[in-house]
Amino acid sequence: MLKAVILIGGPQKGTRFRPLSFDLPKPLFPVAGVPMVQHLIEACSAVKGMKEIVLIGFYPSEQIAPFAQDLAKTLNISIRYLQEFAALGTAGGIFHFRDQICSGDPEAFILINGDVCGDFPLDELVDFHLRQPSSNIITVLGTEATRQQSVNYGCIAFDKDRKEILHYVEKPSTFVSNSINCGVYVCSTELFKHLGAEYKAKQHQPHGYTTGSIDEAESLSLEYDVLVKLAGSGARSHVFLTDRFWSQIKTAGSAIYANRHYLELYRLRDSGKLAKPGLGGPKVIGDVLIHPRAAIDPSAVIGPNVSISADVRVGRGVRIAESLVLGKATIGDHSLVKNCIVGWNSDIGSWSRVEGTPCDPNPNKAFSKMENTPLFNGDGRLNPSITVLGSNVTVPSEAVLINSIVLPHKDLNQSYKNEIIL
Amino acid sequence: MKALILVGGYGTRLRPLTLSRPKPLVEFCNKPMMMHQVEALVKAGVKHIILAVSYRAELLEEAVAEEGRRAGVKITLSHETEPLGTAGPLALAREHLIADNEPFFVLNSDIVCEFPFEQMIAFHKQHGRQGTIVVTRVEEPSKYGVVVYQRDGKIERFVEKPVEFVSNRINAGLYILNTSVLDRIELRPTSIEKEIFPAMVGDSDLFAFELEGFWMDVGQPKDFLTGMCLYLKWLSSKSPELLYQSEGIVGTVLVHPTAKIGANCRIGPHVVVGPNVIIEDGVCIKRSTLLEGSVIKSHCWLDSCIVGWKSTVGQWVRMENTTVLGEDVYVKDEIYVNGGKVLPHKAIGDSIMEPQIIM
Repeated sequence: MLKAVILIGGPQKGTRFRPLSFDLPKPLFPVAGVPMVQHLIEACSAVKGMKEIVLIGFYPSEQIAPFAQDLAKTLNISIRYLQEFAALGTAGGIFHFRDQICSGDPEAFILINGDVCGDFPLDELVDFHLRQPSSNIITVLGTEATRQQSVNYGCIAFDKDRKEILHYVEKPSTFVSNSINCGVYVCSTELFKHLGAEYKAKQHQPHGYTTGSIDEAESLSLEYDVLVKLAGSGARSHVFLTDRFWSQIKTAGSAIYANRHYLELYRLRDSGKLAKPGLGGPKVIGDVLIHPRAAIDPSAVIGPNVSISADVRVGRGVRIAESLVLGKATIGDHSLVKNCIVGWNSDIGSWSRVEGTPCDPNPNKAFSKMENTPLFNGDGRLNPSITVLGSNVTVPSEAVLINSIVLPHKDLNQSYKNEIIL
Repeated sequence: MKALILVGGYGTRLRPLTLSRPKPLVEFCNKPMMMHQVEALVKAGVKHIILAVSYRAELLEEAVAEEGRRAGVKITLSHETEPLGTAGPLALAREHLIADNEPFFVLNSDIVCEFPFEQMIAFHKQHGRQGTIVVTRVEEPSKYGVVVYQRDGKIERFVEKPVEFVSNRINAGLYILNTSVLDRIELRPTSIEKEIFPAMVGDSDLFAFELEGFWMDVGQPKDFLTGMCLYLKWLSSKSPELLYQSEGIVGTVLVHPTAKIGANCRIGPHVVVGPNVIIEDGVCIKRSTLLEGSVIKSHCWLDSCIVGWKSTVGQWVRMENTTVLGEDVYVKDEIYVNGGKVLPHKAIGDSIMEPQIIM
C-alpha cells in the first residue's frame, strides 16, 4: 500500500506567480484545464497500490478542502488537506503530520513539491525505491540540466552503478553535477526517524544561535536536513533519473510552458480531451483545450498550446496562440493574443494585440530548462516576459500590450510595452 | 508660360519608397507627386514644364514623356551633372526659361497645397517687381526661416529660426519670377533662398503672396502622411464625390476603383487605397496609404503606415508609428511592426518592436 504527499505551500509562497495568485491559491491555478496540483494528484492516483493522497500546506482550509473533496469523489480515492499552523519548511510539514502519513502502514510514500510539473515515471520510481537495500530511506527523481542552469537547483552527485547519492548541494555557487533534484521523491517511513533526530537536535541548539522563534525551531528542510545529511552516509539515499518533461512552475511564464506540455500529454494519452478541428467550431491548430461552456466564434483561429476556460467569449476573427484564457474572459473581434495569460473576467477590445515573450528553454541546448528569470534585469529594467492580465482587467480596442503585467481590476486606456501596471 | 520644378537628387528622405522609383513618380493620394503640380500648372495656362533633376533615371524619362502627353503639356528634363542647389538649376535651364520673356514659375517638388497659380500671376503683375514668393502660416515659426514683409507684400527680410516671434509665415517653396532674375544667377551650386532672394529683397524686388488653406512639404514619410490627411480634408470640402463611401468606411477615404475591400472592415479616417489593392476581411486601417498592388490580409490593424507597391501584409499583423514598407515587402502573419522602415523585397518574420531600418 502506498500514499502520496504533495506540498502545496501557502499564501506567503509563490509571490513570483503574482498577480495571478492574488485571486486563488497558486496550486489551484488552472493549467491545461485543471488546477496545477490536480495534475500531480491525478499522476499519484494512477500509481499501483495508491490508497491516499495528502496535501500539506498553510493555506486556510476553506481554500483547499472543497477542491480536495470534489476531486476525491471524481477520482474515487481518499484526498485530504492537512493545514500546517505555520510554514514548517519542506520537511517540517510531513514530520508534523507523520502519524497521519504512517497510518495504515504504507510501504512507502511519494512526496512531491507542489510547484513542479512534469510527466513523472512514478510507478518506475516506486519500483526502483522498493528494490534498493533496506538502508535506503529516500529516492530522489533526478533529471539532467545544463552546466549553467544546474546551479539553480539541488545538485546530485551519485555512484553511476548503484545510483547511491554521494553528495548533495542545494543551489551551489559553483558547478557540482548535471543531475538535479526534480522535487519528486519516494520515501520510506523510516524517514521520520531521521527527521525526529534532526528535530531533536534543533531543539537543543543553544539559545540565540537561531532567531529563537517557534517557527524556526519547528522548521525542517528536506534539502538541508535530509538530502544533504543522508548523502554519502551508507546507501540511505538514491537517485532515479528521468528524461521526460519536467519543470518548476515559479513564474506565470512557466504556466504557459507547463500548459503546453500537459496538452501534449493529453494528445499522447487522452486525445479525446483536446479540441477537434472542424465541427462548426473555430479553426484549431495543434493542441488546444476548449471548455464546453466557452463561446468561440467559428472564424477565430486558436492554437497551438491554448487552454480556454469556462464562459470565455471569443469574437470574430480572433487569433489566440500559446496562451491561457481564464474563466469569463472576453476577447473582442480581430484581436490577437499570444504568449499571454488572460485573467478571470478580463475584457480585451477589438483589434487589440496582447502579446508576451515566451521564456522557453533554449531549444538548441540539450537538457536546457525553463529560465525562471527574475522580473527585473541587472539594470532595473523589466525582463521581457509573457504578458499577464490579472482578473477584471480591461484592455481597450486597438491597443497594444506587450511584455507587460497588469494587476487586477485595472481599466487600461492606452498601449503599454514592458511595464508593470499597478 | 513655363514652370521649373526643382526635383533634385535621389529623394533619400523618402526612402525606402524612392529606392524603387523616382520621387516625382511616387503616388501621393493615388497620383504621382509631380502630377499634382503639373495638372495645376496646366490649368493655370503653363505650356512647358522643366523638371530639374540631378540624377538620370530612365523610368523618370519615360514616365515624364507619357504624363506630359496625358496632361497636354511639354515636359523637359534638365539634368545637372553636379547638384546645383536651388538656384543653379535655373541658370542651367536658362535657354528654356527666357524663350518668350514671360515670368515663370519655380516649385519645390515636395510641396502639396491648393496651388494658387492664377492668383500668383495676378499678384505678381500687380506689384510689377522681379519676383513673388508664396508664404504659408506655420504654428511653430522657430523651426523654420520666416519671412517679414509689409502690408502690401514687399519683403523686408528673412530671419532664420527666429528665437523671438517676428513672423509666422515661411517660404512655401512656390515662386513666380521675371526672366531678369536669371541675370542674378550664375551656373554654379547656389541657394535661391540664402543667396538670390536676400539680394532681391535688398533691391525691393521680392514680394510675398499669402497662401490660403493647407500646405505641406511631403518629402519624408511622417510629413507624407500628415500631408495626405490635409489633402483628403481639402478634397472632402472641394470634391467630396471623389471620396469613397460605403459600409465600414469612416471619414475621408480615397479608394481606387480597382481596389477590393472585404467584409467587416473599418477603413479610415484618412486612408488612401491604391489601384489593385486587396484588403481582406476584418481589417482596420487608419491614416495610411496603400500603394498599388499591395495586399492586406484579414484581421490586420494599421495606423500611420505607407505600404509599398506589391507588398503583402499577413493576417493579424499590427503596424503603426510611421511604418514604411518598400516595394514587394512581405510581412508574415501575426507580426508587429512599430515604426519600421523596410527596404524593398524583404520578408519580415520577426516583430519590430522599436523604430528601426530593416535592410
